[in-house]
Amino acid sequence: MTKLIVDGTEIDVPPEYTLLQACEAAGAEIPRFCFHERLSIAGNCRMCLIEVVGGPPKPQASCAMNVRDLMPNKDGSPKVLLTRSPMVKKAREGVMEFLLINHPLDCPICDQGGECDLQDQAMAYGVDNTRYHENKRAVEDKYIGILVKTIMNRCIHCTRCVRFATEVAGVPELGAIGRGEDMEITTYLESAMTSELQGNVVDLCPVGALTSKPYAFAARPWELNKTESIDVMDALGSAIRVDTRGREVMRILPRVNDDVNEEWISDKTRHVVDGLRTQRLDQPYIREGARLRPASWPEAFAAIAVKVKGAKADRIGAIAGDLAAVEEMFALKELMDRLGAASIDCRQDGAALDPALGRASYLFNATIAGIEQADGLMIIGANPRKEAPVLNARIRKRWRTGNLKIGLIGEKADLTYDYAYLGAGPETLAEFASHAPAKLERQVWLIGQGALARPDGAAVLSLAAKAAASVGAIKDGWNGFSVLHTAAARVGALDIGFVPAAGGRSATDMAKAGALDVLFNLGADEIDIAPGAFVVYIGTHGDAGAHRADVILPGAAYTEKSGIYVNTEGRVQMAARASFPPGDAREDWAIVRALSDALGQRLAYDSLGQLRAALFAAHPHLARIDEIAPGNAADIEKLAARGGTPDKTPFHSPVTDFYLTNPIARASPIMGECSALARGERAVAAE
Amino acid sequence: MANRRLADAHLQPKEFSFTAENRAWADKVIARYPEGRQASAVIPLLWRAQEQAGGWLPQKAIEHVADFLGMAKIRVLEVATFYTMFLLSPVGKKAHVQVCGTTPCRLRGADALFEVCARKIHPEPLHVSGDGNYSWEEVECLGACVNAPMVLIWNDTYEDLTAESFEKVLDGFANGKPAKPGPQIERHFSAPVGGATTLTDPSLYVRPSGGDNPGPALTDADAKKAAAPANVRETPAGQPST
Repeated sequence: MTKLIVDGTEIDVPPEYTLLQACEAAGAEIPRFCFHERLSIAGNCRMCLIEVVGGPPKPQASCAMNVRDLMPNKDGSPKVLLTRSPMVKKAREGVMEFLLINHPLDCPICDQGGECDLQDQAMAYGVDNTRYHENKRAVEDKYIGILVKTIMNRCIHCTRCVRFATEVAGVPELGAIGRGEDMEITTYLESAMTSELQGNVVDLCPVGALTSKPYAFAARPWELNKTESIDVMDALGSAIRVDTRGREVMRILPRVNDDVNEEWISDKTRHVVDGLRTQRLDQPYIREGARLRPASWPEAFAAIAVKVKGAKADRIGAIAGDLAAVEEMFALKELMDRLGAASIDCRQDGAALDPALGRASYLFNATIAGIEQADGLMIIGANPRKEAPVLNARIRKRWRTGNLKIGLIGEKADLTYDYAYLGAGPETLAEFASHAPAKLERQVWLIGQGALARPDGAAVLSLAAKAAASVGAIKDGWNGFSVLHTAAARVGALDIGFVPAAGGRSATDMAKAGALDVLFNLGADEIDIAPGAFVVYIGTHGDAGAHRADVILPGAAYTEKSGIYVNTEGRVQMAARASFPPGDAREDWAIVRALSDALGQRLAYDSLGQLRAALFAAHPHLARIDEIAPGNAADIEKLAARGGTPDKTPFHSPVTDFYLTNPIARASPIMGECSALARGERAVAAE
Repeated sequence: MANRRLADAHLQPKEFSFTAENRAWADKVIARYPEGRQASAVIPLLWRAQEQAGGWLPQKAIEHVADFLGMAKIRVLEVATFYTMFLLSPVGKKAHVQVCGTTPCRLRGADALFEVCARKIHPEPLHVSGDGNYSWEEVECLGACVNAPMVLIWNDTYEDLTAESFEKVLDGFANGKPAKPGPQIERHFSAPVGGATTLTDPSLYVRPSGGDNPGPALTDADAKKAAAPANVRETPAGQPST
């Protein structure tokens, strides 16, 4: 530790700190454009200049100098840093004046206006007139994809976007061509970016050069209500901020959560917004012949009641979809219990995960942040880049620091990092079942749904557990057995036991012809339900589930209800309500509660608070928001002992089209465009 | 220097790949750098690609170099657009004239050379003449100030130019009989015009101890004398290497 005096405050900082970090530790505010905590240091904007007393007689760029590089004082006294001295102020004003020479004065029509670093810092360091009478530089706008709009006159050449694309996203597509005043940020010959994380460059851009194309000219930051919430587009539960104006969600931005998403979110998370407006179910419908007729709530409930009364308990079932919150699934499970129906399931893809085997058997036990401690990673039947892009960025971040061995069993894909391709299917996995312990301290065995959502999934899961145990991925204080989910609802549903009770049917069986008389479908759109059963669809969008439904009960999307989601690592998180469901749509738990009344099985809670009290009493770990209740590593051994014989089919990732994995995304025109663009490029590559 | 962009599509060749000879050379250059640092060879490879493509870098050459080094295309484009020695649009087939426009050359009459270029080749720099044989551009100091003004054509400099002698040099490229590179007046390299002007008194060279008078010091024009000390020119005077 090194003693420093920053603006009169004495602090002790580690020598590897930069001066900027040291100043911030002392509470000083350092303006910056190019510096970003999660990117490499460029040191080219010069805004973070400070004065080092007794150091070189010029201002120092504090982001690019380490504490250990300070020349010690002769008498051994601590070095003095000044961040508010007249020299510093003058230096920063000079930098700001240079930046503003070519920056257009178009703040009134700039989408960054009101949340612009340059605007804010110009208030502190700008001068109110100009000494520059020549014309400003003009730069052609570039096409870099359908999500990021460019107004290149505003670019101040901080290169944050270039560094993000190269380092974090791992797709080096952005670059700076030309030099000096003629430097321009662009992709190679203005091709569209292909990264699933490209939207983050909009947040990184300190000025209005890169802005969100779908959100262009839509709203001003000060007219938005900001609600902190949780994303459900993948199973990570990324921290998001939902910005609404009136009852309309205008945009979704990431929040910082170092345990989950750092400060990145995927493009699907960010740009699914227009999917929340289109294709919405805003009133109940009843099927009459081939058509769905708008109906009132009592009509719809009456139609359901007739069917349920006429059905035997073992001919009633329920399937929960991928976006359902824990509360409504808990209520639906209780309703099914009261009806005596054993057939309930949350695994519409048929994944062989069973809560009876213990929580450790279906969690990402290593935790997302734990990837950074790992020195070995085995990916089995997953494509993390498509299934959880933010998790993939975390793996890449760990890989870039070196000493991470990565193996892959499954489909070959460009994951943005190097890996050893070991094989395609269970046969390769079996080779590890009696493998000598690897010479690695902390291994992560990442098992994707591609390995589990298949007829022999249970055998593959057991085999993976056996292999992970035998190569030493499970040790005291480290459980590397990690299941990567693709559905936000899945872990929560497994936690509350939303799986068939004794004698009940699985989702796959329920969907078969003639299996059921009445099926409650809580937003499961990824399963084909055979004709025959009377389907009650509780959901938000006119997607596959609604087309098959006999009665539609319009529910609330994830931004329109407060709900608990448990992410793939078992972290319990609560999403907040940012706006209201459209029209007659209601929050899903309330629909289930009202339905229970109509079916004569009234559930014992009248408010969300009461429901949660019942939920927490039954499952205490769900009450600990933002925490992980760790699984028991001994469960993995039991899982390994279960055995089974997997067949030889190669693993395939369940996510074939990253942009269209759920009903909200499928309703989004932007996601549709992204998907078409991605598919188009694949076709070109195949030729 | 304005925005540097790749040439229009109709000017771009359909494909580019290194000749076998250049490929072997490129492998040797890459081997100079440690494993995993092949990208360090990007500038020499681009330069060789530019030579092979006739003095400019087509899009396909940039992509070929990127593939050759396992780099992202945008990274190679960054390098190619950063350095003005990489020309992104076609140049004259017979001569691409780089006229020095830095102060010493300007003072010694480079303006006249620019006039010749504008008149004989194209009014604008970096445009190919009507017959496709010539192009010109202004460059910064090429390090021959003592012989200003000067131009660089391909790998050779032509120095001590006037408008007339420069036209003669250009005509030489036109009729296939290029002028001798170097000063275009009676002068050897950068030696004084008309021979040595100082230290010419033979008495300066009389050894106090008597013996042979070695005569004036060698000029660049003189061949090295047998067993002469090491501070004397090693190479015999002759034509500059082409």
